[in-house]
This record gives sequence, structure tokens and C-alpha cells, in this order.
Amino acid sequence: MPDFSSVRRRIFAPQARDGALRMAIWAAAGILFACAAWLMLDVAVRGAAGLDWRFLVDEPARAGRAGGIGPILVSTGLILAVAIAVAAPLGLAAAIFLAEFLPSGSRFAAWTSISLDVLAGIPSIVFGLFGNAFFSVWLGMGFSILSGGLTLACMILPLLIRTAEHGLRMVPDEWRHGAAALGMSRFSSVWRIVLPAAGPAVTAGLLLGLGRATAETAALVFTSGYVDRMPSSLLDSGRALSLHIYDLAMNVAGGDRNAYASALVLLLFLIVVNGLAMSFSDYLLRKRIAA
Amino acid sequence: MTSLRISSLFPRTPDGYIAFGLGAAACLASGILLLILIFVFGEAWPALRTIGVVRFLSDGAWYPTDGAFGLVPMLAASFALAAGALTIAAPVGVAVAIFRLHYAPGWMKAPYRGLVLLLAGTPSVVLGLWGLMVLVPLIARIEPPGASLIAGILVLALMIVPTVAIASEAALESVPRSCWSAANALGLGREAALLNVVLPAAREGIAGGILLAGARALGETMVVLMITGNIVQMPDGLFTPVRALTSNIALEMAYATGDHRASLFVSGLALTLLVFLLSFAAGTGRRRRHA
Repeated sequence: MPDFSSVRRRIFAPQARDGALRMAIWAAAGILFACAAWLMLDVAVRGAAGLDWRFLVDEPARAGRAGGIGPILVSTGLILAVAIAVAAPLGLAAAIFLAEFLPSGSRFAAWTSISLDVLAGIPSIVFGLFGNAFFSVWLGMGFSILSGGLTLACMILPLLIRTAEHGLRMVPDEWRHGAAALGMSRFSSVWRIVLPAAGPAVTAGLLLGLGRATAETAALVFTSGYVDRMPSSLLDSGRALSLHIYDLAMNVAGGDRNAYASALVLLLFLIVVNGLAMSFSDYLLRKRIAA
Repeated sequence: MTSLRISSLFPRTPDGYIAFGLGAAACLASGILLLILIFVFGEAWPALRTIGVVRFLSDGAWYPTDGAFGLVPMLAASFALAAGALTIAAPVGVAVAIFRLHYAPGWMKAPYRGLVLLLAGTPSVVLGLWGLMVLVPLIARIEPPGASLIAGILVLALMIVPTVAIASEAALESVPRSCWSAANALGLGREAALLNVVLPAAREGIAGGILLAGARALGETMVVLMITGNIVQMPDGLFTPVRALTSNIALEMAYATGDHRASLFVSGLALTLLVFLLSFAAGTGRRRRHA
């Protein structure tokens, strides 16, 4: 009777398995690096070909094939401004309430936490459906910058609240006790001591929210609309940059060049915003380790 | 009892009034979820009542203007896209996390993290543009028309690898150092310790990340809208053009009226429920780990 155990031992030898695993891990990391580099270089090279100062300020011509993205940048800026102007104060107030005023473990805290988690997971196209039904139709805003901005505000709110709440909870309790011992009211201790200490975290959250909102497309298709003229008020329809890329790539033959140039503008803006957000949170991390 | 608790939370002092205002903001923020559910359900209700849930699943085809409301081919396409993307992204994402923590040379760690975060922040419309201009022509050379299930799977996988990698990294980092030491003391090498000790210890966090990534893939609109071909049919091969639930909403919402519009809200509702289930499962795993 032949003995296969020596053969089996050689095939399943730990060294062979370890080597295969090591190779698979390096290969996966290499493939991801290659794909990401391919994507970034493609956008950078083809985008740079169509990008200059005129492109950033000119009106789009011939359905976007020629001309620039001036009015689209203005619309994008207005949509983002509406989203941040609504979401930032609301989110900060909610975060202060959750972290500073609400006794932890209460039923309201549990419900808020669940509802924010669920809200954060809703697909963006469903936000678009909701924004269309609620802001555009029910509140009568139509296809407008206001409607798109408010839809995005709902979308980024959970992110803002979570990061701000987390930042506030990181502030040591001794600081609050010190403030109370000095006879400061609860709110002034939050306003003058806790909030400034949580500043970097709150800012990082705001920047992350701004990045999320800038990258969003699907929620804007039926809320802020497609019009690529210069908006004259917040109730005008205005086309966001991400939607412009989609429209040029899918619906305009010969729009590739400007689609890539717009994609490069979008990507560069997001790198700056997300990079700033990261430097704020890294700064926090370093400070905590040093302290 | 309740009134006593509320009056102690909001006393009649300046602090109490401020707390009341902040609490109102928190209520508003957590009420947005209810508002979304009410409006999406309200718009879907006419179709649910007159057409009925059964016909959405039993009708053979999707010709909403002629009274055929079969969602099954698009549901199947959405599932196939998400499942395919996960099959690629789950192992690659975990491998990337392991690579960055335990294999990458010191100088490579920070740049590689930057790359993963850059990819995580890349707008889906830019990924869609790259897929449309680069990947689809390549696939068309193998088998026309190129815009197909496999194109969607590949780009979705690239999109969700960072989600898996970031979650896995957090889970792996939270494995206590003593686990490593104990494994090493038993004479296990790096690979054996990873396979037998560290990965099983981080199992639930990794599974949560994978479920979240699946929810993102299922809810993604722009990538699948731009590169899967948008033909309503059952996905019967990797090179078949398909239309996902999300892209269907984006494509038809612009001109849909009456029952057609309502049935798009039904598909939005279905999508939301599916994503709820996935994030709930992900959350359960996380909560169990913390408990």
C-alpha cells in the first residue's frame, strides 16, 4: 500500500502555503495600485489637454463640446453653499445636544443614533427621489439650486453630526468640570471651552461633508436639474460639475475632451478638500498622542 | 415621571432655553429619515395599491407605459452587479489592508494609504467616465458591445475596494498585540499567525465592512448607469448589457408620470429596504464585537 502522506505533506507544506499567501497579498496590492494609477493618469493626461484658464471662466458652447464651465462652476458653488449653510449649523447644534446635553443611554440618544446610521446608508438616488418629491414638487421649488442644495444637506447631515459629536466627546471631562467650578453656565463652557477644543474635528467633518456633496451626482439629476446657463437666483436650475461630466460623456457626441477636463477640475478640488480634512484629523491624532 | 425628566433636561434658565433649541435641531436632524420614508412611501403608494407588490415580481417585462411592471430582471441585474463586485473586492480589500499593516516597507505605508483614500474619495461619475472611455472599448474588443455586466462589476469593484480595505484595517488594528505575541511564542510565522489567529479575531469587523461595501455597490447609480448598457434583460452572461434598479430610476424619472412615476418610487423603496437589511446586518456584527 503506497504511502501518500509524504507527498501530501510536501504539497500542503507550511512554507508553500505561506509563500502563496505572501504572493497573493503583494499581487492584490499591486493590482489595486496599477488600476488606481491607470485611472488617475488617464484623467490627468486627457484632462490636462483641455484645461486652461479660459476653460474655467467661459460659457459652454455647442452643448458643452466647446467653451468652458464658468456658469457650471458658479452653480456648483451655489449648490454647495446652500448645502453647507443649512447642514453645518443644524449638524453642529444636533451634535452639541447629543454630546453635551443629552444623558447618554437615553432612549432619544439611541433612536437618533440608529436614524443617523440608516440615513447615512440610504442610496443617493433615493435622496434624489425624495428631494424631487419633497423640495421640488411638494414645497414648489421646482428644479432649482435651492432644491439640490437642500437635498445634499440632508445627505451630508449624518456625516457632519457624527464627526462633530465624536470630536466633542474627545474633549476631557476635567475641562468641563473646571468651567463649572469657575461658575460658567453650561452653554458658555461649551461655547468657549469645549467647542474650540473640538474645532479641528468639526472642521474636518465639514470638509469631508463638502467633499461628499461635491462628488455627488445621482441626487442632483432631478433636483437641481440640467440647465447650463449662468444662474441668476437660487430658484434657477443650475447644472453641477459632476452632472456636467455625466451629460458630456453620455449624451453629447464629441464631448469627451471637455468631460475629461471637467473631471480633472473636480478631482483636483476633491484632492484639496479631502487632503485638508485629513491633515486636520492627523493633527488631532498627533496632539492626542503628544498629550 | 417623564415630565419630571424633561423639565430637568430643559430648566427655565438661559441654559434650558438653549438646550431646548439644540434639542429641536437634533429632533429635526433625526426626523429627516422619517420624512424621507414618508415621502418615498407616499409617492410609491398609488402603484402599490393599484398594481400590487405581486405584479412587480410576476410581470414578465418592464413596459411601464403599457402596463407591464416587472422589476425582476433589474433586481437580478443589481444583485449580479453587487455580488460580482464583492467577489473581487472582498479578497482584494482584505489583502490590501493586510499588505499595508504587515507587509509594506515603512516608506510605502503612508503613500499607499493616501492612494486608498484618494480612490475612496474619487467621485463615482469620474469612475464611470474612466470605465466608459477606457474599459468599455477594451471589453468590446473581446466581445461587443462592451457596455455590459462585467464592465460594471470591474468598476464597482474598484470603487468598493477602499471601503473593504479601510474597514478591515480598523478591524485588524484592533486585534490586541498580545495575540501576535502569543502566536509568535507558539512558533507561528507571520502568515500562519495571520491565517489562524489574527484574521479570525478580526472576522466580524471585516464582515461588517464587506456588507457595507455590498450596500454601496447595490445603491450606486452613476457607474452602472454609464457602463452597463441599460438594456432591461436578465443577466445571462458576463458580457450581457443589463440595467440596474438604480439606473432605471435615473433614466426614466425625467419623463415618468402617473403609475410609471409611482413604480419608480416603488423601486427606490425596494432599494432602500435592501440597503437597510445589509447595513443592519453589518451593524449587528459590529455591536456584537463591542459587547
